[in-house]
Amino acid sequence: MSIILDKVSYVYSENTAYEKQALKNINLQIQDGEFIGIIGHTGSGKSTLIQHLNGLLQASFGGIYYNGRDIYEEDYDKKELRSKVGLVFQYPEHQLFETNIFEDVCFGPRNLGLSKKETELRAFSALRSVGLPESDWYQSPFELSGGEKRRAAIAGVLAMKPEVLILDEPTAGLDPQGRDEILDQVAAMHRELHMTILLVSHSMEDVARYVDRLLVMNQGEIMLDGTPREVFAHWRELEAVGLAAPQVTYVVQELRERGIPVNPAATTLEEAKTSVLEVFQNRKGKEFSNNKNSVK
Amino acid sequence: MNFIEARKLVHEYIRRDEEDNVEGITTALDGVSLDVRQGEFVAILGHNGSGKSTLAKHFNVLLQASGGTLWVDGKDTQDGNYLWDIRQNAGMVFQNPDNQIIASVVEEDVAFGPENIGVPADEIWRRVEKSLQSVGMLSYREHSPNKLSGGQKQRVAIAGVMAMEPKCIVLDEPTAMLDPDGRREVLKAVEMLNREKHVTVIWITHYMEEVVGADKVYVMDHGKVVMQGSPREIFSQVDTLKSYRLDVPQITLLAHELRKAGMEIPAGILTRQELVEVLCRLY
Repeated sequence: MSIILDKVSYVYSENTAYEKQALKNINLQIQDGEFIGIIGHTGSGKSTLIQHLNGLLQASFGGIYYNGRDIYEEDYDKKELRSKVGLVFQYPEHQLFETNIFEDVCFGPRNLGLSKKETELRAFSALRSVGLPESDWYQSPFELSGGEKRRAAIAGVLAMKPEVLILDEPTAGLDPQGRDEILDQVAAMHRELHMTILLVSHSMEDVARYVDRLLVMNQGEIMLDGTPREVFAHWRELEAVGLAAPQVTYVVQELRERGIPVNPAATTLEEAKTSVLEVFQNRKGKEFSNNKNSVK
Repeated sequence: MNFIEARKLVHEYIRRDEEDNVEGITTALDGVSLDVRQGEFVAILGHNGSGKSTLAKHFNVLLQASGGTLWVDGKDTQDGNYLWDIRQNAGMVFQNPDNQIIASVVEEDVAFGPENIGVPADEIWRRVEKSLQSVGMLSYREHSPNKLSGGQKQRVAIAGVMAMEPKCIVLDEPTAMLDPDGRREVLKAVEMLNREKHVTVIWITHYMEEVVGADKVYVMDHGKVVMQGSPREIFSQVDTLKSYRLDVPQITLLAHELRKAGMEIPAGILTRQELVEVLCRLY
């Protein structure tokens, strides 16, 4: 089970004055159950890439294989693909349109032709998965906060029972706690429902904390591909393309330059903290209380 | 007198059913008092639905208070006679750059505001040039806005406000839809306007890193101002901020955690340099 992109290129507005190559020769293999982050500045090709994965855009060149089958074959069921690869757009709450949340979540499965009972069962479980309290289920979308609406919209995609869930900046515009709640929920879905997750994000701190593998897009190409630790070790190259490393990475780098031997590969707060405490402990022979559960 | 003075400001959103009977009242502002001095950079933090945007819309009278008083530039916002005066002096920039750009050429977009209030043509061009220069977008004056990046569009929107020569700009989550680069360039442009042109700035955001350089920070929760102080005073109260669904910059949090673990680090570390300096001293 996997998604394979074989030499995929995409050209917008081909043969016009506005022609622009948005993807250049992308080779990528996504394994079942991976949690992947995608970073890159605006216009780097992130959104174009993810729209290829569920067939919303068709590659100008190259092929895409979903679970071993060529999705561009004539008899390939695109509708099936779209229900297996769920895409949550930016600001998905703008797409809520039903009179109440529950009806909105039912819309997708109902369109698949499922029975009323199955549709509702799926809606219940999707709303539960995103952690929306039952008191909100029959509310109008207008009654909910930004974070709640966003969860409701994600539930609408989950109700399609996708195997792969792609989220395009799911935390844009949310307050810090709303951000954490959504990302914790996504991580829980990855863990418990064994979904493959692709997370497009502008927050280096968030991807460092959550994902196992990180893709960096630049000018339509995959510039780096590795664990967050491997990728952020290239922080100078990231800066050159308008990105950055997490804040704590800079701290450990600067500390090393000043002669304090902390772990240069720390990319999360937890790693930086542990490393700093260790170094000071060794030097001063003093015990610090490193309570691992105190930070996220 | 302060440039902005709010005293026990109340705003209620009233929901009515089809027969015009009151169905419910949501109190979005619940007795807000705050002061902003001319030339200050004031940041407002608060979770989604805490009342920040409602408050912002009072500053240039897009909304009028249900109770309490608000003076902007010495004028009472309840007095309809001052409406246009206040709006000219307190310009607003919103979250989505695409919703604020109307013309098909950058310089025409910036000229729209002054044109509307009957500024003579020569003066308009002078203002357009000056405003675009002040946000670093002069070389794009003849470009089409829809080919610009989010950060550039947002700077054009700010130039459009600057062309009205306001004393104050209110920015309601101007960086929420931008990538890190765009966020940096917009913040830098506004900080410049504040420092060099002495424009009063009200900066509303969810990004804690952006308020580190502010003169004063107000934190809102449930329509009330619940904290106020310098960034250092605010960010040294990590747990209180978390109880309001907010956060502190990652550096401040790292310093806070190290301090909790028993290291002698002062509260309210704001920048990378500060933390590195403190750790080097301790080492």
